[in-house]
Amino acid sequence: MPTVSVKRDLLFEALGQKYTDEEFDELCFEFGLELDEITSEKEILIREQGDEKAEGASDVVLYKIDVPANRYDLLCLEGLVRGLQVFKEKLEAPRYKRVSPADGGEPQRLVITEETASVRPHAVAAVLRNITFTQERYESFIELQEKLHQNICRKRTLVAIGTHDLDTISGPFTYTAKPPGEIRFKPLNQSKEYTATELMSLYKTDSHLRHYLHIIENEPLYPIIYDSNGIVLSMPPIINGDHSKISLNTKNIFIECTATDLTKAKTTLDMVVTMFSEYCEEPFTVEGAEVVYPDGRLCVYPELAYRTETLSGDFINKRVGINESAESIAQLLTRMCLRSEVSGEGDLIQVEIPPTRADVIHACDIMEDAAIAYGFNNIVRSTPRTYTIANQLPLNKLTELLRQDLAAAGFTEALTFALCSEEDIADKLRKNIAETRAVHISNPKTTEFQVARTCLLPGLLKTLAANRKMPLPLKLFEISDVVLKDETKDVGARNNRRLCAVYYNKSPGFEVIHGLLDRVMQLLDVKPGRNQGYHIQAAEDSTFFPGRCAEIFSCGKSIGHLGVLHPDVISRFELTMPCSAIDIDIEPFL
Amino acid sequence: MADTGLLEALLRLLEKVDGGIDSQDVAADLGVDHQLIVGAVKSLQALGEVISAEQKSSKRWELTGEGREIAEQGSHEARVFNAIPDEGLPQNELMKMPSGKVGFSKAMSNKWIRLDKAHEGGPRVFKTVETIEDTVRDKLQLVQKGLSAKLEDKEKNELKKRKLLSEVTVKSYWITKGSSFSTTITKQETELTPEMIASGSWKEKKFKPYNFEAMGVAPDCGHLHPLMKVRTQFRQIFLEMGFTEMPTNNFIESSFWNFDSLFQPQQHPARDQHDTFFISDPALAHEFPQDYLERVKQVHSEGGYGSQGYKYDWKIEEAQKNLLRTHTTAVSARMLYKLAQQEKFTPVKYFSIDRVFRNETLDATHLAEFHQIEGVVADYGLTLGNLMGILHQFFTKLGITKLRFKPAYNPYTEPSMEVFSYHEGLKKWVEVGNSGVFRPEMLLPMGLPEGVSVIAWGLSLERPTMIKYGINNIRELVGHKVNLQMVYDSPICRLDS
Repeated sequence: MPTVSVKRDLLFEALGQKYTDEEFDELCFEFGLELDEITSEKEILIREQGDEKAEGASDVVLYKIDVPANRYDLLCLEGLVRGLQVFKEKLEAPRYKRVSPADGGEPQRLVITEETASVRPHAVAAVLRNITFTQERYESFIELQEKLHQNICRKRTLVAIGTHDLDTISGPFTYTAKPPGEIRFKPLNQSKEYTATELMSLYKTDSHLRHYLHIIENEPLYPIIYDSNGIVLSMPPIINGDHSKISLNTKNIFIECTATDLTKAKTTLDMVVTMFSEYCEEPFTVEGAEVVYPDGRLCVYPELAYRTETLSGDFINKRVGINESAESIAQLLTRMCLRSEVSGEGDLIQVEIPPTRADVIHACDIMEDAAIAYGFNNIVRSTPRTYTIANQLPLNKLTELLRQDLAAAGFTEALTFALCSEEDIADKLRKNIAETRAVHISNPKTTEFQVARTCLLPGLLKTLAANRKMPLPLKLFEISDVVLKDETKDVGARNNRRLCAVYYNKSPGFEVIHGLLDRVMQLLDVKPGRNQGYHIQAAEDSTFFPGRCAEIFSCGKSIGHLGVLHPDVISRFELTMPCSAIDIDIEPFL
Repeated sequence: MADTGLLEALLRLLEKVDGGIDSQDVAADLGVDHQLIVGAVKSLQALGEVISAEQKSSKRWELTGEGREIAEQGSHEARVFNAIPDEGLPQNELMKMPSGKVGFSKAMSNKWIRLDKAHEGGPRVFKTVETIEDTVRDKLQLVQKGLSAKLEDKEKNELKKRKLLSEVTVKSYWITKGSSFSTTITKQETELTPEMIASGSWKEKKFKPYNFEAMGVAPDCGHLHPLMKVRTQFRQIFLEMGFTEMPTNNFIESSFWNFDSLFQPQQHPARDQHDTFFISDPALAHEFPQDYLERVKQVHSEGGYGSQGYKYDWKIEEAQKNLLRTHTTAVSARMLYKLAQQEKFTPVKYFSIDRVFRNETLDATHLAEFHQIEGVVADYGLTLGNLMGILHQFFTKLGITKLRFKPAYNPYTEPSMEVFSYHEGLKKWVEVGNSGVFRPEMLLPMGLPEGVSVIAWGLSLERPTMIKYGINNIRELVGHKVNLQMVYDSPICRLDS
């Protein structure tokens, strides 16, 4: 969930009202936000870098507010205030308008060449005219771009935003892609020119930019935007040019978004311009820019599309579980920036979805907004009348019953991880990993998560090792799932429910583990015997001490092993005493 | 048991005194070793309230062997002085005396004697005073008489330094009469025996009282794991509420069922390598219900069913990727799809409690795997109010009655609500679960009828267990680093009390 950090006093000033922390927290809760933390720059520095570094830092109170991941319109102070003011009915939601250049001038134009197709094929653009920045607005503008980059833009992989001082460059602009060696410009906040190749190595150590290098690093062509004089605006998604950088004094802003996902690019551009057109000479207007595609198509952005959905008051009432008039529901929706009115035909409501609410894609999203505005906690709670008969999963029912009786037999239940290292299920058990039928994980952060376990024994042995100080004997069991490759399954693997127990003492106690097998079979109502019953028979298994291992058969089918563990297995699990173990598949007993 | 004669002798002595007597004095009186008296006291104590005895310890000064010798024969220096006749004694002869060396230097420093080195016939020792006072001997004699209190601490310490005195700690008992004091001894029985029952002799016997303060012997038994005990209770609650258990015994899932079927777009952050464990072998799933897969693809990329869709290029390759399921909702999706294939829809209530996996950063409360508890209800016309109502019933069974709901976001539910309960201890609202109504974009492509709503909620099993059993570090609860003593000691689980 993204967190937006806003200055409390600035927020209250914009809201035109002061709140106590509790009151504001309550307002957030109702609206679906979370006041996560109340802090200050100084406090953050003290926490992260110590008292010394924090000296002189600002102690202006900051609110850190958690915003739902799909509400890009609440990622900056401007959006939050607008959303809350409309919610509190102190403000009407503004109408965002795309306009043509004043005095009938030509719109700005961005021409996309076909070379971009292989690396980052989409681009959209817009112009904010006659904007007035203050220090706070400027910071918020930069911060919003960063928040969008981290969220909807998926760390710039899907979309990258570039903003430029339009008065320093001249269109038409060209969005193309070139070999990195042929790109040369002075990047933002650097004093000299670099080739793209040099830049990539320069930014390898940059704590911020290095995370984006991988997006184009291995591409033969890098995306690049030039103005009509060959000045570089940006090399998306890495860095802008220094030449066109915006400042507090910038009046006219050219915004471009390059992307691998056009829908997301349009949404991102809409977000930037709807949030900050508030500060334009004519608030909430955005000057359109033309984008020309390699095939000659011409589109004007930003789209700033309004969409109308029609739904009935009855639909909302029935889904939420309330009983409100269509007029009242329309009013609720309007408070969520979804301007609504009753259309006159029955209880039909016309709902207008503004460009800021890209999250509204279905009537159910509108229904949720009605419920939020109504107040989740004002909805009457009622028990559904759904009548059903419960059933346990037979496998879990058997597991539950066996667990109880294994504990009654003197064994203590362990709960071990389903993921482990290759070594745990192979080398340490004197087995070959290739023969384990193990499912392998492609992206483990540590060796602890290399494979899904193929048997429960390693977990129990590690539990013994972690509890060596406990009085002997230690008797443990676990009934849980292991995972085995199985080509007959749609995903190529299946779980297998197994029972494993260990006896750890100064003497191996094979008879104890054997006795446990007899008890388990008694509980499962399987009698000793070769054909319809169960029996054990000497077997060789590298995990066990030679001559001290038997295979267990039930109704003629092998279901597992029992025996005294091989001394090497014992030492590899950092144990010192003899240990006997049993491992059986319980699925045949369903 | 000490000798009965000695016990009775002790009791007779005690009978004569008003208050009590010290075991040391008893030993002296009866002329036996003190240790025997200590044994007698213990035997008498074991008989019940015959006597009461309180242990005490005292310090006492005692002469060492050398100290006793000096008390008898005088100090070394006095012995040297007395050995010297008026005409003096050759030094070499004096040194041959047993006390010679020590006595000579002490007597010299006391200025009792002098040495004439120039004397003809070798160095010779002469007295310099007529008489002497042997204070060392006097002091030691005082101690010997038990009058060490007359000496100053400084003096005693000096004698201790000279290894003539030593300080010993004496342990003794202060013995007084008990509530059932008697000078004769009846032996008490410790336990009832089969013979006593057979012969009826138990009627005449006195039985030694039990110590009810002591702990009993721990029963020899196994123990269930606390997390599993809590799981059993949650299963019970769902069963009581009429929920059927889902088959969640498939840790490996395809991205299709884990994400795509839930209308979670392919660029969603949860599908990132940083959040999900992907499988390298077997890397891909094959076999999907083809019609359904096409409908899922369509709703993602183009919309439909009243939805705008996400408008992106949906790829089968992404859906095929196998992973360790990140939520049991993947199983709910399979179950709801199965339900939709029935000829006629029937309402269902499903639940599951099983492991899920996240490739997350680990800390004191987060592991790479945990248990998810999930409840799902599918029926015609279910409302958000119904979801709140069933959550209220569910949490009431956990002993939580104060609930409130916060709007939230989840890709596959709309509306989505976080469930908060008021924590009496922390005096604040804490999140206890997540819930929502499944999106039509998830349900309609499965083939569920239009009017059917599916409400669901989920929470982790570990968190309530940690709260219930007061565990702060999840590693002490789950995994091999578990503290077995904690497992042995954990009480039964009743969630509503």
